[in-house]
Amino acid sequence: MSNEKIQAGLDKYNASVEKATAKFPERPNLPEQRLYTPLDIKDTDYADEIGFPGMYPYTRGVQPTMYRGRFWTMRMYAGFSTAAESNKRYRYLIESGATGLSCAFDLPTQIGYDSDDPISEGEVGKVGVAIDSLADMEVLFDQIDLGKVSTSMTINAPASVLLSMYIAVAEKQGVPADQLKGTIQNDILKEYAARGTYIFPPRPSMRLITNIFEYCSKNVPKWNTISISGYHIREAGSTASQEIAFTIADGIAYCEAAIKAGLHIDDFAGRLSFFWNAHNNVLEEVAKFRASRRVWAKVMKERFHAEKPKSMMLRVHTQTAGSMLTAQQPNNNIIRVALQTAAAVMGGTQSLHTNSRDEALALPTEESVMIALRTQQIVAYESGLADVIDPLAGSYYVEALTNKIEKEAWEYIKKIDEIGGAVAAIEKGYIQKEIQDSAYKWQMDVESGAKTIVGVNKFQIEEEPPKGLLKVDASVGVAQCKRLADMKAKRDNDAVKSALADLKKACQDENENLMPHILNAVRTYATLGEICGVMREVFGEYEAHVNL
Amino acid sequence: MAKVRVLVAKPGLDGHDRGAKVVARALRDAGFEVIYTGLRQTPEQIAEAALQEDVNVVAMSILSGAHPHLFPKVVNLIREKGMDDVLIIGGGVIPETDIPALKEAGIAEVFTPGTPTGDIVDFIKANVK
Repeated sequence: MSNEKIQAGLDKYNASVEKATAKFPERPNLPEQRLYTPLDIKDTDYADEIGFPGMYPYTRGVQPTMYRGRFWTMRMYAGFSTAAESNKRYRYLIESGATGLSCAFDLPTQIGYDSDDPISEGEVGKVGVAIDSLADMEVLFDQIDLGKVSTSMTINAPASVLLSMYIAVAEKQGVPADQLKGTIQNDILKEYAARGTYIFPPRPSMRLITNIFEYCSKNVPKWNTISISGYHIREAGSTASQEIAFTIADGIAYCEAAIKAGLHIDDFAGRLSFFWNAHNNVLEEVAKFRASRRVWAKVMKERFHAEKPKSMMLRVHTQTAGSMLTAQQPNNNIIRVALQTAAAVMGGTQSLHTNSRDEALALPTEESVMIALRTQQIVAYESGLADVIDPLAGSYYVEALTNKIEKEAWEYIKKIDEIGGAVAAIEKGYIQKEIQDSAYKWQMDVESGAKTIVGVNKFQIEEEPPKGLLKVDASVGVAQCKRLADMKAKRDNDAVKSALADLKKACQDENENLMPHILNAVRTYATLGEICGVMREVFGEYEAHVNL
Repeated sequence: MAKVRVLVAKPGLDGHDRGAKVVARALRDAGFEVIYTGLRQTPEQIAEAALQEDVNVVAMSILSGAHPHLFPKVVNLIREKGMDDVLIIGGGVIPETDIPALKEAGIAEVFTPGTPTGDIVDFIKANVK
């Protein structure tokens, strides 16, 4: 059918509908158009913009056969209480068919404080596992073969220290560093913008990150050295376009920092990975995944002149949207997570964490985690969504939406370039303000009823308080502090002192790669707080300024 | 009557401040004077800020599970400084079963996920001294 014929048909259709909508107005907050046709993608060149899986610009996926080869990695984020408790949960997940580990650390660990620091009071073991030294890490991975499992660690400001601990545990297991597989989040820019677990100011933080890129490219080549994260930007309230735009802008900043430090783009870009949110609007999310791959491929090829295909591939881990879980009628969250899983899979994710139904209330129970993992397995094995590659390609709506999100992302990236890049845009509070404005708009839409959240502002019922939630006992903190004191009494304190003095000297020399020095300190059982304390002394701490 | 002054505070190490910022803005739009502390405030810092800023209300947000420890600590410090009339409220990911103990400790009301910001505004208007 020619475009003229389609246009004529569309005009006729629109005229007929106009009469109807006078009588039956449509719902608010819908896409601009009610119907998409070939006319909406007539300017999209299939070969240039959509293409084939495993080929530039990777709109249809980064691997040639996608899930027909193997499913995505089903990676459940877990960790709470002590290393021994979390080790039990990890082994339970592996026995249940999880194919990768994902470590959640408690807040003191994420911010570089030991469990016995006064600031850690009340927080030890709460949102993740408490790790004070190599001794805890040894317990965390007890009876788990680090040569076989791939491990993702949600750790940012002190990523260098936790990665060093992982390498040191592997050494003790007899697994060489070049066999280790996994990811550290290591994405400090989104901590300033959205997540909040920063320690040092941007400059030394960027140095630590490029030190890790360099060290791993030589010594831990299978490790994903960063997971550039839109997840938390979205959780903080951004839109889908903002999520990928701000994250890719962060990615550009990391590449520029590494190149400035003397690295070649193709030496590290293949180990960069991303982290997206799978939100409620299924088709918008699928379009977001597709658009993000296209934007990143173009950035790498056109802006950084990468040559290796691997450098241009946006590989992504996904987590379903925690902020979309409701405390009201929590079993409904199972359905939300199933739809979000469908979006991530049709979007072509490389790995996925599915949230549990009770996470708007507390950390998940074992039973809830099992349902969340089974949701992935049902989508994989029963739904048919993973049977062909990029199944929504060619949908007039999804292709048009992919184009729209890509266009909006480029506009933001241009704006951030004009401000002076992501670091400057964060320092000026631009990115934070954009996210806050979107979060506020969302909340107002929910309160006005323009947006419906089932069980929250519509279809509410009287409910009994939920029973059987997981509770981390306050005694965990006491026990962990005792463990730490016992460990300190047993270690060689002279060796610790000298390793920390050596690290301090290295921090003061900008040309020194800090990784070998941190690894040495870790091996002496210097604690996370001691190591980060040395870095705090030299680097100082970041101070945030908030514009409401 | 003078404008009601509210300190929105994030005690502890938790970095989730979407809720705190949205509530801060909604309270401001409702006509209150709002001061936001930013992240990682110790109970001492919050009590001191409440005193310095001469606020009528302290509204705290925690999503990390540290509320049983931190909320009561802030209440005690504020009362120790002689601010007997300050209304203290809390919010975040807080299981229903924890709420009676928090109220016992002096938290006037606890707002959990899904609460319309209007409910918080109404509560402050009805209870501020």
